[in-house]
Amino acid sequence: MSAPIVLDPHGYEFPADQKRYIRWTIYIGYVALVAGVFHGLAQALSYARIDILGYFPGLRGYYQGLTAHGVANVLIFTFAFSNGFLPLVTARALSEPLVPGLVRAVFWTLLVGNLLVIYAVVSNQASVLFTAYAPLQAHWTFYLGLVLVVVSTWLALVNQLIPYRRWRRANPGARVPLLAFIAIVTYVMWFLASLPIATSFLGFLLPWSLGLVPRTDPLYTRTLFWFTGHAVVYAWLLPAYVSWYAMIPRQVGGKLISDSYTRIVFLLFLLLSIPTGFHHQYTDPGVPIGMKALHGVLTFGLFLPSLATAFSVMASLEIGGRARGGRGLFGWIRTLPWGDPSVTAQLLAMLAFILGGITGLVNASFTMNQVIHNTTWVPGHFHLTVGTAVALTFMGVAYWLIPYLTGRALFSRGLALASSWIYAIGVFVFARGMISGGIAGLPRRTFLAQAAYSSPDWELAGALTGVGGTIMFIGVMLFFVVIGLTIIGGRPGAGPRDIPVAETITAPAAHGWERGLDRLGWWVAATVVLIAIAYGPFFVSYAPRLVSPGFRLF
Amino acid sequence: MKIHTYEKAFVWVGALVLIACAGALTYASLGMGIHLPGRVAEVDPNQVRNTPPFDQPGVREIGPGRYEVVMLGQIWSFLPGEIRVPAGSEVTFTATSADVIHGLFIERTRLNLMLIPGQVSRNTIRFSEPGEHLIICHEYCGIGHHTMAGKVIVE
Repeated sequence: MSAPIVLDPHGYEFPADQKRYIRWTIYIGYVALVAGVFHGLAQALSYARIDILGYFPGLRGYYQGLTAHGVANVLIFTFAFSNGFLPLVTARALSEPLVPGLVRAVFWTLLVGNLLVIYAVVSNQASVLFTAYAPLQAHWTFYLGLVLVVVSTWLALVNQLIPYRRWRRANPGARVPLLAFIAIVTYVMWFLASLPIATSFLGFLLPWSLGLVPRTDPLYTRTLFWFTGHAVVYAWLLPAYVSWYAMIPRQVGGKLISDSYTRIVFLLFLLLSIPTGFHHQYTDPGVPIGMKALHGVLTFGLFLPSLATAFSVMASLEIGGRARGGRGLFGWIRTLPWGDPSVTAQLLAMLAFILGGITGLVNASFTMNQVIHNTTWVPGHFHLTVGTAVALTFMGVAYWLIPYLTGRALFSRGLALASSWIYAIGVFVFARGMISGGIAGLPRRTFLAQAAYSSPDWELAGALTGVGGTIMFIGVMLFFVVIGLTIIGGRPGAGPRDIPVAETITAPAAHGWERGLDRLGWWVAATVVLIAIAYGPFFVSYAPRLVSPGFRLF
Repeated sequence: MKIHTYEKAFVWVGALVLIACAGALTYASLGMGIHLPGRVAEVDPNQVRNTPPFDQPGVREIGPGRYEVVMLGQIWSFLPGEIRVPAGSEVTFTATSADVIHGLFIERTRLNLMLIPGQVSRNTIRFSEPGEHLIICHEYCGIGHHTMAGKVIVE
């Protein structure tokens, strides 16, 4: 039997009420990011041995600010964006409406979760950093608030799955539109990945923080954290990939080269993102070396779908550049639409991701990890990945998404372009500083401006970190100016009518094995088996030892 | 499914590079004796100061040119805070934490261990050249984290 292909090429209008809630869900992330980047500036300058915390509005403690920076930037900003973006593109690709009650529930759950976390952090009862390693103990509102943030992502997933089921019933046997498929796979992966952290917070840390259980197990809860903790970076990255694969080709006038290839890449991320967490625990005691090695090998496997992405995305860019008159080996790069801030931001994000990927390979490299673990090499790496590849892509998407949701034209293309370039230049200086500092043994997560020790090898690295961080801060502030003025002062009625959806050169196959790619249930089952192989031996051989009382040392 | 020849080549070259990297790591691990810490032993963090060997932190010679350092991480210092060993010696660190999670990192070496309450961390390195190395706690451990440091003096 052949599978018909259904894709509605016509514009799909979201009800105004849903657009409003989706918009406000994303705004929660922007508000968090404003607070987060102020503290980012203070930390970058601390590495240059300049302490501005004394002049700071709001939080005064370095580690209090570092907690706010991590939680706001990587947990709130990212998931607020994805909670709006992924259901939106799923509904558009399927031309099926979202469930209005769920759109609202996502917003309110995320908001209440945020308020709880803000209370805990601002009152200095939760300076445990976003990793929240026990036995440092935060106020219970911190754990409960973060659980609610996770619950909001589950509600967003349900709001993808309900339209998806409706669509399946209306189109039996049809291939799932690519954009909907990859958006759904992203949050399905994240749902599986989020279960360990939910278990850790609800089963261990929340009752321990409330005094219901007196002691907890630092190794067990830490392992549950990293069970989620590597996959979470792919939960941040894959929404950016959704844009790079399924939207950017349209924005540059090109086409995506292969439908099946794209599906396979996302399924590989579903399979491999989760059973790789021990590579964050290479230097931990209590985890047998063989288990670390298995996760190390699987982590290397996880580089393959990213390599495939590099090819696919670059090819679609080349097709676009050549269609716009680019000639010669590299001439197509020049003819890409560099005047479009949405495109430029994402091209710069991709450039950063190349360096982010290479440094990530070192992190994953088993014995070599010992040289750089917990040095500034690591934040150098992840400011290129989540801090740029993801964040700058989300900013680029915002340049069409916010006008689409508000119906107002982007306030200023020039300022938006300047923001992206300044941010990108800043991050390259910053990452150069942090990465070289890490090789020279500069520790991360340390109030260096007041540290009891120093090394002459860290001076240049620290100065570059401070300078680069300041430039990044200016870039992201310009982003807020552009978005803020778009919301209140953009020309009304001039926003885009539809979202950019790319065409593929090779359409989804109607016959044969490739239809199996759409069988999400099978792939989820295979993922669960792989997780059981990778994590089973640890959890079978290690039952929780409730040994540690809580410490509040802040 | 049609896959472009260039794409196939690109992914294959990438896969071969990854396999070569994994091979190099395997050689480093098995051939050069560069090891990660593993599962060693457990200790009750509330009783650790009375539990051997952590009741007597310090440096012991365990053979010609071979030393063992028993170390306790606590807020916000290392016990012992200063270690002296002769150049060329092979030193095994056996360490744990008495309170929260700490890090035990000796700069310009690959000695890099997490100290987790309840778990014993162990790894061995050789100090070839005379000189001084900072011992740094590189995991956030509370408000005084950046004051937690020590020193290795290689004589």
